[in-house]
Formats: sequence, C-alpha cells, structure tokens
Amino acid sequence: MSRKLALRDALREAMVEEMRRDETVFLMGEEVAAYNGAYKVSKGMLDEFGPKRVIDTPIAELGFTGIGVGAAMNGLRPIVEFMTWNFAILAFDQIVNNAAKTLSQSAGNFSCPIVFRGPSGAAGQLAQQHSQTFESWMANVPGLKVISCVHPADAKGLLKSAIRDENPVCVMESELLYGYQDEVPEGEYLVPIGKAAVRREGTDVTLVTFNKMIFPALEAADELAKEGISAEVIDLRTIRPLDHQTIVNSVKKTNRIVVIDESWPFAGVSSEIAYVVQKYAFDYLDAPVTRVNAADTSLPYASTLVDAYMPDAARIVKAVKEVRYMKA
Amino acid sequence: METAKAGVKKINKSTYLEWFELMLKIRRFEERALMLYGQQKIRGFLHVYIGQEAVAAGMESALRREDAIVTGYRQHGTAIGRGADTAACMAELYGKATGIVKGKGGSMHFFSAAHRYFGGNGIVGAQIPIGTGIAFAEKYKGTDNLCVTMFGDGAARQGALHESFNMAMSWQLPVLYVCENNGYAMGTSVGRTSNIQEIYKLGLAYDMPSEPVDGMNPEAVHKAVTKAAEHIRAGKGPYFLEIRTYRYKGHSVSDPAKYRTKEEVEEYKEKDPIKVIEQTILSKKYASEADLQVIKDKIKAEMDYAVEFAEQSPLPDPSELFTDNYVEPDYPFITD
Repeated sequence: MSRKLALRDALREAMVEEMRRDETVFLMGEEVAAYNGAYKVSKGMLDEFGPKRVIDTPIAELGFTGIGVGAAMNGLRPIVEFMTWNFAILAFDQIVNNAAKTLSQSAGNFSCPIVFRGPSGAAGQLAQQHSQTFESWMANVPGLKVISCVHPADAKGLLKSAIRDENPVCVMESELLYGYQDEVPEGEYLVPIGKAAVRREGTDVTLVTFNKMIFPALEAADELAKEGISAEVIDLRTIRPLDHQTIVNSVKKTNRIVVIDESWPFAGVSSEIAYVVQKYAFDYLDAPVTRVNAADTSLPYASTLVDAYMPDAARIVKAVKEVRYMKA
Repeated sequence: METAKAGVKKINKSTYLEWFELMLKIRRFEERALMLYGQQKIRGFLHVYIGQEAVAAGMESALRREDAIVTGYRQHGTAIGRGADTAACMAELYGKATGIVKGKGGSMHFFSAAHRYFGGNGIVGAQIPIGTGIAFAEKYKGTDNLCVTMFGDGAARQGALHESFNMAMSWQLPVLYVCENNGYAMGTSVGRTSNIQEIYKLGLAYDMPSEPVDGMNPEAVHKAVTKAAEHIRAGKGPYFLEIRTYRYKGHSVSDPAKYRTKEEVEEYKEKDPIKVIEQTILSKKYASEADLQVIKDKIKAEMDYAVEFAEQSPLPDPSELFTDNYVEPDYPFITD
C-alpha cells in the first residue's frame, strides 16, 4: 500500500517515526517548534513531542550546532535543522572540525550520531547568499556522510537511516520541492545510505544527477526519446559514500555519460564522477565524460540571470548530443 | 570550613596532600614533556599547563567523577586531574599505539569516556557550545551531573561563548563555565583583546552568576567550584567562574614569550601554586619535608615509568589510518 505524500510530509514522517521509536532523538533549529518549521517540515511535532524534544533555538547556528554535537557525544541523537544550508556555513567549525572528527581524534572514545538537515541549492530569485549547493563541500570531509534526495519515499527512508546511523550525516533537501508529491509506501522501511537509484533505464547514454536536477534530467530523457535516444537516468541519492558501482555499470552499457550537477563545476560532485568513470570504465567510453553544472559564478537576482545560471533540460539535451557526436 | 554536600569532600589535611600530589604530578609531567620535545621525541604542537595546576586540583576535589569535563588544547593537566593514566598520556605525546587515544590525537586531543573527559579541543572556543551540549544531554536524561566547560581568556572573545551563554541560561542547563584566564591569548594580553578586561563580567550580561577566582590557590578554586556546583545541581542553571591563573611558559614550545617582561614572570613565580601549597602544608604541619619527599619520589618514579612505557610502546600500524573515521569497519573509503 502507498499514498501520495509531499516531500516535507515524508521527511516529517521519518522524524516522527524515529522519535516515537527512540527517546534519545530530538529536533532543534530555528522556527522548528512554535512556528511549525520555516518550510513546515516539522509541522505538528511540537504538539506531539513537547518542548523538551522539539526545540526552537535563537539564531545562533554555531552555538546550537555545537550543542547538538555535544549532546550527540553524550548519548543523544540530535536532528539539527538549518533553515537553509547557506546558514550552516556559520556552523561549519562544529560540523567539519568537531562532528566529523570526534570519532577519529578520540580514537573511538566518543562517536557523534547526529543529523544535520535542511534545503540546499537555488530556489528561484533568492540571489547570491541563499542559492548555493553544499553537497561537494560536505562530501569532501571524511567522517561525514551526505545524502541529497528529493524523492519523497526515498528521502523518508534515507532520513530514517541517517537518524539511526552512528556517524554524523548531512541531509540536503530542496526548498523548491518540499511540496513535491509522490508515492510513499505505508509502514516501516529504510533506504540504505550509499546506494543510487536508477530512475529510468536506457541504453544510449547515462545521465547521473541528484537532488532537484533529477527533474530536468528526466525531462531531457523524454525529449531525447522523441529523437530515438534512450537515456538511463541515475539518481545518486547519497553523495558520500558515492555509489561508484551503479554509475560504472551503467556506463559500461551505454558508453556515454553526462553528469548533471547543480553545484559549481570546480572540484565538485561532477568532477569526482568524471574521475571514477575514466578510471573504471575508460575502455568503455565512446566520448569524453561531459557535465552540465551551474555557471561558475555567483547567482544574481534577475530572472534572466537565474535562467542563464541553472542547468536545464535544453542544456542536458545539448550535452547528450555532444557525447553522441550529433548536430545540436 | 564549609561543609560540602554528599560526594564532595571537606577540606582537610588529606585534601591538601592530594592537591599537592596532583599538582606536582602535572608539573613533572609537563617538565618531562618539554624536555622530550627538545629531544624531538614529541612533535607537533605542545601547550603545557605549568603554572595552572591549582585549577585542575581545586576543581577535581569539588566535582563528582560522573560530572563531565571538556576543555581546549592546553589540556594535559585537566586530563591527569580526571585521573587519566600518565603513562598513556605520555605515550600519546609520543604518538604511540598505547596512547590514551591510540596515538591519534597527540598533545591537543586527549579523550577518555571512562573518565567522562570529553577532550581537548584544538579550535579556540569550539568546546564552549560542545560543553553546553554535553550539559544539555545531562538535563535531557534527568541526571544531576554537570558539565565543566573550560576555555582560556582568548576563547572568551569568540562568538561561540555568547551563543552558548545565551542558550544555556535560556534553557537553564547544568553547565559550569570555567575561564582559565592566564593573561595571554597566545601573545596578546587580555587588555589588548577587549575593553572588558574582567572576563567574568561577560556572564553578567546574561544574568549568569559569575565570579572571579584566585586560580593560584586550590582551596579558593575548590570553594568556588563547590558553591557553583551546588547552584547548578539544584537546577538553578549555569554558573561562570573566571579563574585567574598564569602560565609560566610560552603559548607553545615555539613561543619565546617576548610579549611580557621578566619581572612579570618572576612576580608570578613567587606565587607559584606548588611552592605555595608546599609552604602551606609545612606551616600547617599537615606533613613533614620527609613526607613530601616520599610523594616527590613516587611522582618521579611514575614519570620515569611513563617515559619508559612511551619509549617502549609500538607506533600505530599504518592500517589504523582507516579506523575510527566511521563507526562501521567496512566504510568504502576512496583509495585510488
């Protein structure tokens, strides 16, 4: 049995189920309690769990993230919500220098089972400071795991896995897609961290992407199908650890790959995938690994500039035609 | 003499002798560490606790073993105060597999779950919100333990302190903030870091009970911590002690400390907490010189053993690089 749920509701179900199951799980962040969440992800949770476990913080990302890290070192399992990952930059010392390194520098004396979650990526005309993606930033750090997924059923199962994980896990959501609805199974299930999903099977080219770029990728696959090109679409779901095998297996079949990544191009997820493919599928490639990223610029406000910045289906179709040596 | 609550001891002869022993143990450990650093047996950063021993001593006699402590990177004395084994600590400085954190942390990062010691943190002030979170967890779990969150005068200027003070007061967390004010943030004197030079006053802005304490005297520290702990355990929320102390050595071994005068250092050496406690013990006839010599000899033997243990211990196997990054043993690291 399944029903349609919006992404925000699926994420809430994950948190609610885990908080019912485990008394040590709690949620903290700006506006998560009385306001019911800036994006209503935590709607109703204060009513069910009370102020001990659903905690409004002052606007102090470094402070409340550090409080989460200390609580995790001392036996609790915090979920720290960032109103957006852009604001988490203020807390990177606690995420990168502390959460990620607690286990290593204490040689296993203390672990840090904590979830940091919130939206990542551009969400319209929000301008430079509110539009960045953070998957590659956080995935660069050993000790962290990174999930980035907007498919409601998978996001729910992944968030539950993240809450149960003994390591710090960064969960990247999407402001634009909190309202996106899809089938979500009834009942208890988990989605394992570290496994990609093939959203559409195909034979002629592999499109690899994550988070909301899955939509332009699928749209491009539809367009390409009209021209007789069969695209396989892979949704990474987890960025660290990266599911190399699913990518490499697909490329061995299609011999061509386009990576669609909303991050900036330099040293990003797309670069990492390019490395993996040239290393493990070199002899299978019939064209250079190609990528479609956000522009290598800050994101301005004006709508024309947003359009020029973001990857879209047309740019993906164009990239696929390049790797198939077709005229655009 | 104040009558301390259950679990906290009264100050008497044996307290003084315990303080003396712990303080001298820390002093001798640090002296050995400095010497071994000079011989390049110890590498990396080394920040010693010499001059600040009375803080660890007076604090520990006023705390319970179940209480948690977290501090910064000048932390050997704090860990030894918690009861950490000096041989394991010395082996850690050597980067040996038998170290307190298997040679993975070095001088700045001792940790011991068994001692409720949440570590030496290498980022100035990062432990302030962490200690606040450790205290948050104690309240959440319904214990009456507290977390002592220690930091230096340099860290007192970090924004993390204000964020933590604010939330700790707002949520009435069982946290004892201890600023070990040794006068210098690396080479910058307290007076050059703020117009507010009496650091305890920072707590007053949040209505947090806040006091200065003489950190060269373990009894003064003990009394202040006892009073603060009673307040915290009664559910009345955080407390802030600015414990005024002095470090005799540079910020780290590479620091010649040219930013202060010889006269200033000499003045503080007259107040050397170990010299002072030794004189107090003798004048109050808590022990004879011969009794103290027995303690000194015992500590010398312990330090000889610690160094020998560190020397003889194996270095970590290179495969240890991939342990303790993730809890699970089969994490798929990128290795090409």
